[in-house]
Amino acid sequence: MSPVLSNLSRRGFLAGGALVVSFALAPRAFAQLAGGGEGGAGPAVVAPDLKGSLKSTPWLDAWIRIDADGRVTVFTGKVELGQGIRTALIQVAAEELDIPPAAVTLVTADTDRTPDEGLTAGSHSMQDSGTAIQNAAANVRMLLAAEAARDWDVPADQVTTGGDGRLRAPDGRTLAYGEVAARLSLHVQAVPDAPLRKPSDYRTLGREQPRVDIPAKLTGGAAYLHDMRLPGMLHARVVRGPSVGTSLQSPDLDTVVRMPGVVTVVRQGGFLAVVADRQWTAIQAMRHLQRAAYDRAPQPPLPADGTGDAVAATLKALPARDISIMDTSEPAGPAARTVKARYTRPWISHGSIGPSCAIARYVDGTMTVWTHSQGTFDVRRVVAELLGLPPEKVHAIHAEGAGCYGQNGADDVAADAAVIAKAVPGRPIRLQWMREQEFGWEPLGPGMMTELEAALGADNRIVSWRHAVWSNPHNNRPVGAGGVLAGNEADPPFPAPEGKPIPMPEGDGSRNSNPLYSFANTHVVYHFLKDMPARVSALRSLGAHLNVFSIESMLDELAAAAGIDPLAIRLDHMRDERARDVMQAAADRFGWSKRPKGDGRRGCGMAFARYKNLGAYCAVAMEVEVDRETGRTLVRRAVAAVDCGQPANPDGVRNQIEGALVQSLSWTSREQVRFAPDRRASFDWSSYPILRFDDVPGSVEVVVMDRPGAPFLGIAEAGQGPTAAALANAIADATGVRLRDMPLSPDRLKAAIGPV
Amino acid sequence: MKRTRWTGRTVGRWAAGGALACLVGIGAFLGIAHRSGLPPIPPPKPDAFPAEMLSRGAALAAIGDCVVCHTADGGVPYAGGRALATPFGTLYSTNITPDPATGIGNWSKEAFKRAMRDGVSRDGSHLYPALPYDHYRQVHDGDLDAIYAFLMTRPAASAPARENDLIFPLGFRPLLAGWKLLFLHQEEFTPRPDRDAEWNRGAYLAEGLGHCSSCHSPRNLAGAEETGASAYSGGVAEGWVAPALNGSSPATVPWTKESLFTYLRTGVDGHHGAAAGPMGPVVHGLSRAPEADVRAIATYIASLSADRAGTAPKTPALPDRSAEAAKANPVGASLFAGACAGCHEGGAPMMTQGRPGLSTVAALQLDRPDNTIRAILQGFHAPTGPAGPAMPPFAASLTDAQVADLAAYLRSRFSDRPAWTSLETAAATVRKEDSQP
Amino acid sequence: MSVTITVNGADHALDVDPSTPLLYVLRDDLELNGAKYGCGLGQCGACTVHIDGKPAFSCLTPVGAVAGRRIRTVEGLGSAGAPGLLQQAFEKEQAAQCGYCIAGMIMRAQALLDRIPDPDDAQIRAHMQTNLCRCGTHMRILRAVRRAVALRKGTQSAQEVRP
Repeated sequence: MSPVLSNLSRRGFLAGGALVVSFALAPRAFAQLAGGGEGGAGPAVVAPDLKGSLKSTPWLDAWIRIDADGRVTVFTGKVELGQGIRTALIQVAAEELDIPPAAVTLVTADTDRTPDEGLTAGSHSMQDSGTAIQNAAANVRMLLAAEAARDWDVPADQVTTGGDGRLRAPDGRTLAYGEVAARLSLHVQAVPDAPLRKPSDYRTLGREQPRVDIPAKLTGGAAYLHDMRLPGMLHARVVRGPSVGTSLQSPDLDTVVRMPGVVTVVRQGGFLAVVADRQWTAIQAMRHLQRAAYDRAPQPPLPADGTGDAVAATLKALPARDISIMDTSEPAGPAARTVKARYTRPWISHGSIGPSCAIARYVDGTMTVWTHSQGTFDVRRVVAELLGLPPEKVHAIHAEGAGCYGQNGADDVAADAAVIAKAVPGRPIRLQWMREQEFGWEPLGPGMMTELEAALGADNRIVSWRHAVWSNPHNNRPVGAGGVLAGNEADPPFPAPEGKPIPMPEGDGSRNSNPLYSFANTHVVYHFLKDMPARVSALRSLGAHLNVFSIESMLDELAAAAGIDPLAIRLDHMRDERARDVMQAAADRFGWSKRPKGDGRRGCGMAFARYKNLGAYCAVAMEVEVDRETGRTLVRRAVAAVDCGQPANPDGVRNQIEGALVQSLSWTSREQVRFAPDRRASFDWSSYPILRFDDVPGSVEVVVMDRPGAPFLGIAEAGQGPTAAALANAIADATGVRLRDMPLSPDRLKAAIGPV
Repeated sequence: MKRTRWTGRTVGRWAAGGALACLVGIGAFLGIAHRSGLPPIPPPKPDAFPAEMLSRGAALAAIGDCVVCHTADGGVPYAGGRALATPFGTLYSTNITPDPATGIGNWSKEAFKRAMRDGVSRDGSHLYPALPYDHYRQVHDGDLDAIYAFLMTRPAASAPARENDLIFPLGFRPLLAGWKLLFLHQEEFTPRPDRDAEWNRGAYLAEGLGHCSSCHSPRNLAGAEETGASAYSGGVAEGWVAPALNGSSPATVPWTKESLFTYLRTGVDGHHGAAAGPMGPVVHGLSRAPEADVRAIATYIASLSADRAGTAPKTPALPDRSAEAAKANPVGASLFAGACAGCHEGGAPMMTQGRPGLSTVAALQLDRPDNTIRAILQGFHAPTGPAGPAMPPFAASLTDAQVADLAAYLRSRFSDRPAWTSLETAAATVRKEDSQP
Repeated sequence: MSVTITVNGADHALDVDPSTPLLYVLRDDLELNGAKYGCGLGQCGACTVHIDGKPAFSCLTPVGAVAGRRIRTVEGLGSAGAPGLLQQAFEKEQAAQCGYCIAGMIMRAQALLDRIPDPDDAQIRAHMQTNLCRCGTHMRILRAVRRAVALRKGTQSAQEVRP
């Protein structure tokens, strides 16, 4: 349990604030692609020679403080989302400082205390913050050693450490870190070449480390923002129509203000909320107001039904801006076989198990917002603009929420809470969205389609490859008041900004549309669709889910057409050795060469991708069994192999990949947001079912490649695309039926199989 | 996930009928009880049937919902083994996959059709009328051929029949001959010339394979369906009331063929409660049957209450007297607010998304409270698959007395009909049944 | 209106509207964090507690309905310092990602182990079907339940069971 969170979570939380002055933080400006290009207001690069987020925040004391008693506090601008980053960053810091992990206190994103590292997104946390902390810690250890060397009058390179927080002289004398640190200023810029510890000497990095956040989560400890209880706290509920684009006509405010326990109703423009002394009262008041009839604002047409054709028709009806992603031409032989296919993905909900929550308090002109947004610093910018406050009067603090997997309602609920708190000064306001509000109002993962055409030469080499992808922007992360619902509802409203594509190499709808394979004559185009029929933004892996699904399905379609083994066609076109290694590792562990051949019911499939062609490498192989009567598909076993560079916490890596695999199976096999003509029709788990225990795989095994000392590569989103394609490929191997429209549902498979 | 047992709907009648048959003299009886065996055949090859016939067989099997009774929980489809609990013991459905040793692999088409029409196994022994052959007799020959083709092309599964566990003397199959003598007289369906093709198609499917009236009609003392004016005036299945579908339908908003179609296809429409209990699997089958066939069934069933629909107001007043009901049943009102309102009160997401309000739910309009109590205690799953109307069970959180308070409140708020009595006893009975293994 | 409820063996007299779902009483009045608001509809199981030994959705249980009945929450199984058997097993398997569903998962699993001390894999899966996890921690949750069974039986490791 982190002391910071426990401070925040108990009534005495106020004592935990503002321990550290923020003088070390860099000035902010629009700059690099923080958080994988999402958001838009990452901090400026001021030290391009440094690594990770040190580029924008080069001062060591912004990252690491050492008390006189040796206690080490490490600061990160990234946040815990259930991905285990808190534990991994503690391991990184402990390793490079050469101290026990238990000696490290980690402070996560807080606009008054930590560096701004942009969003915690895009599988960037280890690359950005892990690398920064690793190098900052190496710098600090180097400075400590140099200072001790001066003290002892020995050469600095003869001072060693022993993992216990003490520096050692060759003659056996020792000094505690705290003692030495007291004589040093860490308010200095990092140097690029501070020596890192040798992987062969690692004591903490790469070792299994139980996650620090788990014990409280198992025992009812204070683990989440939702668990914070502040003195004088009131409970609010926001009141809205069924989904984005609807507005209530004339809610019955008169009755509600007379309800016992209702403190006030906040109505500003189209924004409406109730505040009560108890949650239950607030909920009952909200329900009463939501009895009102609602209007729907005109928007581009929603898909007519759940079919792939409807997804395609909806997207193709929108005006497109064509962006060339890849365009190569090489001499190649004539095409012997050509395969053309369209693939689609419907709109998908983040489906956080805990609806979004925030606490806001407005005292003496300062707004404090506790948020589980992925962009704590963006929450400050949004709230400042929304409420007309100077940014320095808005203090945003991250506290953990339920898993979000992208931009769910977290940013919106934080802004909602701030609007309410401003109207009820002095009282902390706890606002949690209701289940149907999360489904109805969060930005969805966009519906997408691709069209691929590929040709094999007579020698089974791919001689041409065309990939076109249609997508709305995946990056509508709020960087100002127009990005949140409360901003759109204000009077006058802050308009939602026009969506923009994320440029390659990260990409958004185009993410992973550029194959890592070596294909001749590759043409990839992104038909960027700025007009959004449904409110959308980032969902874990962005466009990689469909692009990898499409590429890896097409490879199997080609392999089947030519009678080539699916592993062979991949290896034949892959030059990247690490990619070849993960494919081979997954295949070996799976027993690919001895796998049972598709027999109508059982079959096997595999797929591979390197996330964004920049992050972790991941290959997935699985065996499925299809019930031909119902189309139900069970994954009997799945094996994933992942290369993420030096793993910080191998079990943490396995946990993330297992989770990505199971979550992607759920997305790919059964999920789609349903639409009525005037609204979203998915509003609960009965209208948006996800995978339950009956349908999870028989077994999932994850092989983590050993890459000692190699740079960190983010893994959180690496498994989604390969899992989706491996499932489609395994179903095709089992049944001979190729499903190209997600979800690959039992009904669709049954319809394709036919009665026999 | 527990699947609803529903096949017991046809069981009560034959058990009673079997008892009646005991009254028939055994000596006279054995003469008619004997049926000859039919010769086994080599199992037909899967490609022995044209594709069109298989598709038609699949659709007809979905309407008959063969798979529900003939599949054990988690078992291979059509391999049988499903326990059918009856007051007279337990029956196990049989394997109807084409496995020669344990299924119907060596049954000829003639043997299959004899079973469907006369309730006689290939070896000549009588089948229990849990298989509703009184309805299947009405099915056309070509359709039985198609179903045969469909079943004979399922994957063969070896699954020996389990021994039935029936009270004496019902385990003695020749007794069934007596039941048949009394009640098995149905003829093959003939269309009514005064009705259009869609209605006749619906009648054919509903009376034959669909066997709708086996639940929705009352039964006489011998357990046989009542016909004539009593047909479709409501029955009982597995402890659930199957509401009347004729002019005495309790629906607050009269059924139309459009609303019936939506209901039969999805398990819910905006003005009638969701399909629960034994109706769930019916909807499951129909959701996968040809749309035109489901429309035809809806047309036929809607015609049964057409006289009522013709006289009822188009937008009937929907009873909802919350203030009076809360005054009469304050405990029930409080339980409703905490346990039910999140879905069923105005402003709740289900209501703003067009799911039916409780005023329109037939369970609250029936003479008996059974369906309401079962829904509260047991809940129900979405009938057509993972998506659709569902309700969580409240057996663990509410006591029998609380269920009774709640049911009384619901009745007084959402119905104009007389209050229910003995609610707590009824709740205790359902709870006891549900705790049986 | 006053309601007295018994939670993890202790009585609490509360001045609260009896229609209030037990979930909000546990969280806001008794300051117990284990039961979570997930859906308020009895669909996800994040709010699962035991009432008289049976798993129930606290989000749909009016507090007035449970006066005088035994309520058990995840806090009643153990603490971070002295975790109960299932909590130890979940810790050992690192069976959490965001963890929001996990207290409900543990309470659901506890109800199974209370009824069937040595469940097989199919029984575990069928029983856990009620509860939703979004992070995809299912494999670890299943392993943790098996490990708890093994811990109880005194064996050292829980084997992966394949269907």
